[in-house]
Amino acid sequence: MKRQTTDSRPAGPKPWYDPRIRSIFFQLVTLSLVFWAGWTLIDNTLSNMESRGISTGFGFLDETAGFGIIMSLVPYDATMSYGRTFWVGLTNTLLVSAMGVVAATILGFILGVARLSSNWLVAKVALVYIEVIRNIPLLLQIFFWYFAVLSNLPSPRQSVEVGNALFLNNRGLYLPEPVAQDGFGLVWGGVIAAVVAVVALRTWAKKRQLATGQIFPTFKVGLAVLVLVPVLAYLMAGQPLTWDFPALKGFNFGGGISIIPELAALWIALSLYTASFIAEIVRSGILSVSKGQTEASKALGLPNSLTLRLVVIPQAMRVIIPPLTSQYLNLVKNSSLATAIGYPDLVAVFMGTTLNQTGQAVEVVAITMAVYLTISLLISLFMNIYNRAVAIKER
Amino acid sequence: MAESVMKPPRKTLGPVAWMRMHLFSSWYNTLLTLIVGYLLVTSVGPVLNWLFLEADFKGSEPSDCTGAGACWLFINQRLNFFIYGFYPDSLQWRIDVMFALLALSFVPQFIENLPGRKWLGIFGMTGLPVVGYFLIPGGSFGLEAVDSAKWGGLMLTLIIAYIGIIASLPIGILLALGRRSDMPIIRGLCVVFIEVWRAVPLITVLFMASVMLPLFLPEGMNFEKLMRALIGITLWQSAYMAEVIRGGLQAIPRGQYEAADALGLGYWKKTGLIILPQALKMVIPGIVNTFIALFKDTTLVLIIGLFDILGAVQSTITDPAWQNVAIEGYVFVAFCFWVFCFGISRYSQKLERKLDTGHKS
Repeated sequence: MKRQTTDSRPAGPKPWYDPRIRSIFFQLVTLSLVFWAGWTLIDNTLSNMESRGISTGFGFLDETAGFGIIMSLVPYDATMSYGRTFWVGLTNTLLVSAMGVVAATILGFILGVARLSSNWLVAKVALVYIEVIRNIPLLLQIFFWYFAVLSNLPSPRQSVEVGNALFLNNRGLYLPEPVAQDGFGLVWGGVIAAVVAVVALRTWAKKRQLATGQIFPTFKVGLAVLVLVPVLAYLMAGQPLTWDFPALKGFNFGGGISIIPELAALWIALSLYTASFIAEIVRSGILSVSKGQTEASKALGLPNSLTLRLVVIPQAMRVIIPPLTSQYLNLVKNSSLATAIGYPDLVAVFMGTTLNQTGQAVEVVAITMAVYLTISLLISLFMNIYNRAVAIKER
Repeated sequence: MAESVMKPPRKTLGPVAWMRMHLFSSWYNTLLTLIVGYLLVTSVGPVLNWLFLEADFKGSEPSDCTGAGACWLFINQRLNFFIYGFYPDSLQWRIDVMFALLALSFVPQFIENLPGRKWLGIFGMTGLPVVGYFLIPGGSFGLEAVDSAKWGGLMLTLIIAYIGIIASLPIGILLALGRRSDMPIIRGLCVVFIEVWRAVPLITVLFMASVMLPLFLPEGMNFEKLMRALIGITLWQSAYMAEVIRGGLQAIPRGQYEAADALGLGYWKKTGLIILPQALKMVIPGIVNTFIALFKDTTLVLIIGLFDILGAVQSTITDPAWQNVAIEGYVFVAFCFWVFCFGISRYSQKLERKLDTGHKS
């Protein structure tokens, strides 16, 4: 029927002009190109590895590593497997990242607020700090702290000491270590009880405030509970805590907690560097809250502290969180610069020594990249959840 | 007259009033000013002493460093190495020509209303890499060949940063367009590519480029170390570039796309003539910022054994001929980087203000 009508409308487009068909065609071409490229790479790799006599597979993870690592959070010695070196590296990476995130956040928030201070001198000092530190490569800063500062500290025998408990020398920083004795479980019980009590108190206070309008000093009472209950538990259990003090044994210190200079240099440099970026983020976040918000809150009669806590900070956080997340991610990734000064992080231990000894580049690189990918995805996930919680609730 | 006389208002002009307002406005501001001021006075003095007053500038031997301050003649003596690496002395004019061309193309960008600066910039983005490709390695037009293993110092830093940006720009544009595409497979591939590269540290990328790239290539085909590093950096940087450009693409109002469609323009004409010119102009500050980040990150190549400016300084510091010059060396490199990065970031901020035509919010 249709064929015979001399309709003035043009017939449907030729198939090669149909956008849908073209789109499917281009996607198929791209996909086959990607598969071809991937297949070529795998084929080349397999034949190259065969000709060089490199074995494949993940069996190497069970073989004996046979090299020492200067610092590990999990028990490790040279007789353990390559798989164990992976865990040592991973925990060390996570340790320095966590330490860096905490220090950089604190310092960054202080600097960001100082940058906006009404005190001219404080604002300028913060400005100079930020502009100097963030325009100098991180690797250079790590080198500076490690080779120029920490290596020039006195030897263990001439350590800088504070009250016979804290020692600083070119082998690291030594602190007394708390050792829990029998009965310390009671203190942990006290901590848990205090946390539960504070949560319950907060819920009750909120409910009462909604019902009656009376405000309960939750913060002060909560803080008192958090401090007093564990202290009471500690006293009741008969003070079950002793300190292991570091002491000079031969040429080096033994006992206590030691922070090796590699860790210290990396930690200082990472924190100072990232803090300069966080400071700028905090500053722009605070500036993004319009003056009208503060004025309106003053007009409602809220005191300065409540204005800050209930009006300015929640709105500033919305602007601060997304870029802050990417700074945390950068910090974790930058912690891999550890390999340049020999701090045994994942890249130095696993992608460095283990790769060199086994020669299994593909597996090792793949595992390492997968770890960083996972960490990145996890941090983004958590920060996204938090971000959703503080984002504007549009109704 | 029993009427009480009001005191005149406090002065708001003059240095005393300024200090009262900005330094001593309340008791805690006064305290802060005093503490910070004390710390500054006690720390800046010794630093200046070390940097200039007690420092040694003249001489040629380590023994000429007699003062208590910095030993700057170490930098003087090794400056050639820090700038050119192992590039032969007699051929360094080639690098000087490149430095001059680089300055000629980009320094005028800081001067407003200079006629022809746009063309100089375009030359810097297109002609300069071609000139450099023939001039720096040599080997053609009767120029003596210089192996890339001899390149080093500031020159290598600039080469890596420059090529990293120039090469990643087109790849980044394609990736950004792909990520905004309607085709699910292409979009998915671009998202995976971008996110994977952005999630891993540059160090692992460099390791991968230096260890795994030789395995990926067919037998007999191999790149030198610098080339492998450049491939890794370009791929990594293109993912960041793509995200910057995507920001620009997203900022283009929908009406622009629809208007282009209404005019009957195809995808590439629409993108090339309407969308990209606006989007790229919008993200110039972002591109400049990624350039600064990349410029600082180029120092990482020393870990895979290339002698960039930091690598050159690091190798000299450990040279037993010069003792205890680590701080001088680091301060020198830090100063070089700081001048570049601070200058460029100021430029990008100026640009941002100029390009901000007030459409935002």
